Amino acid sequence: MPAELFAQALNGLAYGVLLFLLSVGLTLIFGMLDVVNLAHGSFYMLGAYAGLAVVAGSGSFWLALLAAPVAIGLIGALIERSCLRPLYRRPPLDQVLLTFGFIYLFEDLVKWLWGGRIRSIPPPDLFAGSTSVLGATIPSYRLFVIVFGLVMAVLLWLLIERTRLGAIIRAGVFDAEMTAGLGIDIRRVFTGVFAFGAALGGLSGVIAGPIQSAYPSMGVTILIPALIVVVVGGLGSLKGSFVGSLVIGQAETFGKAWLPDAAMLIIYVVMAAIVLVRPQGLFGRPLK
Amino acid sequence: MILRLLALALAVVALAAFPLVAGNYPVKLLQEILIWGIFAMSLDLLMGYAGMVSFGHSAFFGIGGYVAALALTRSAGLTSALVLPTLAAGLAALVIGYFSIRVSGVYFIMLTLAFSQMFHAYTFQVSWLGAEDGIVGIPRPAAPGVDLGALRSFHGYLLTLVVLVAVVLWRVVRSPFGHVLRGIHENEARMEALGYAVDRYKLLAFVIAGMVAGVAGSLYAQFSGSITPDAFFWKTSGEALLMVIIGGTGSLGGAMLGAAAFILLQSLVSTYTERWMLILGATFILFVLFAPGGIVGVLRGRVGLRA
Repeated sequence: MPAELFAQALNGLAYGVLLFLLSVGLTLIFGMLDVVNLAHGSFYMLGAYAGLAVVAGSGSFWLALLAAPVAIGLIGALIERSCLRPLYRRPPLDQVLLTFGFIYLFEDLVKWLWGGRIRSIPPPDLFAGSTSVLGATIPSYRLFVIVFGLVMAVLLWLLIERTRLGAIIRAGVFDAEMTAGLGIDIRRVFTGVFAFGAALGGLSGVIAGPIQSAYPSMGVTILIPALIVVVVGGLGSLKGSFVGSLVIGQAETFGKAWLPDAAMLIIYVVMAAIVLVRPQGLFGRPLK
Repeated sequence: MILRLLALALAVVALAAFPLVAGNYPVKLLQEILIWGIFAMSLDLLMGYAGMVSFGHSAFFGIGGYVAALALTRSAGLTSALVLPTLAAGLAALVIGYFSIRVSGVYFIMLTLAFSQMFHAYTFQVSWLGAEDGIVGIPRPAAPGVDLGALRSFHGYLLTLVVLVAVVLWRVVRSPFGHVLRGIHENEARMEALGYAVDRYKLLAFVIAGMVAGVAGSLYAQFSGSITPDAFFWKTSGEALLMVIIGGTGSLGGAMLGAAAFILLQSLVSTYTERWMLILGATFILFVLFAPGGIVGVLRGRVGLRA
């Protein structure tokens, strides 16, 4: 039994790491631009399809892992420059509503280009089999996802806490106006952060491909758990995103196994309780 | 003023006479517009007047629908069709609102979303509500002397309720209460400083909006004869939101126009192409960018200016 439990925990970890890659983009964009990007799930879905296209064209999963995020990042930059920028002077909810429109646009666009059915993305040959870890057998690809996600978490932490660019981003999150006053071109930082967040969304889509396949509504499906992670962890907090993802990942995986009827319900209840008791989330800064 | 009233009266007469000149399909389309119009108006009371953007308004639509379904299958009267669903939705709004109004902005969006999704998750699982298939075969109520199963009599019943709801909401937004709501929208801190119990006003607005949404949900269940967990899903809230924005926030007529534009566009576009969602998304984005006042804003010639 313990081996089965352990396998379950590893599956939860793989899902949690995936949620982290997705929610970190969401939380960065919110921290910087004050926009809850409802189209973030769409970037994830577009990433999976871009990955699918690259794999189909070149046969290389690794190329997809590189090319798809770049493509989605470019789409993100385009959206920020053309649609979000004109709205920064309006009430912040206008921007949220705008991103809501993109959900419909992208989902239908993908249906148009690829059709509505589920398309599977094969894992790279290197991780096609399964591996035994301490008596638990799990697909090798999931182990790769776990390691990849943890490495990404460390790299992101280094980028944000230890580099000059990261310092600018942190300053912008703290007070965008003051940062601009220090002579930093905050508009370019805004575009950059939005594009980077979108690219991370796209990256998580490619990563998810071999586990969850690609289908048009996958973006909407993942959006709610990602939003829950961000709210539970604290909007704008990298650490919150990390802890929140791992907790929700385990809660959903074990919840589905043990309490299939109540699993989703519990997650919403947890989120509602946190918003009420500690609206800034576990690691967020106190609300102004 | 008199001209406006006259125009509205004419519009109501035209809507009432519509089944005499049109076939079954257009009449059903119109009925769908009227039901969604009620739902959109109730959301607009929150969004446009009180400034509370909710992503969980479907909770009350769904409760209205499910309560009507349960009540009507036991006793098909007007109490089951209107009184019980409205009261149930109002009670739910009181509880959800009590918690939700403590936070605002993004947190209000997330909390209302979470509450409506709880209902979705619950109804999706439990067998006594038909799980994911929902409840089908809901009878229409038997009003004294009329058979609401027939298209034309149902149309009269529906239109009467739409007019009733519109008059009530119009009275609400024109009342001192409605002006306080607009004041809260503009500047909550100032209203608080002026001595208004802001939280109580917001809660009351939330409950009224919830009750009206409950009426819409019940009417939808009677109209289609079925209700599924989809009624609770956040896309239901999202569609109402699209209608309000496209029609124009802060205007009850705008919400109704938005519902009409949404449903007409949907049925029109889907006869020519499958790309309905693409066109909807693009239309919505263009409205947010270039006509934040919605159709009403464009009609008033105030494009780009916020009411």
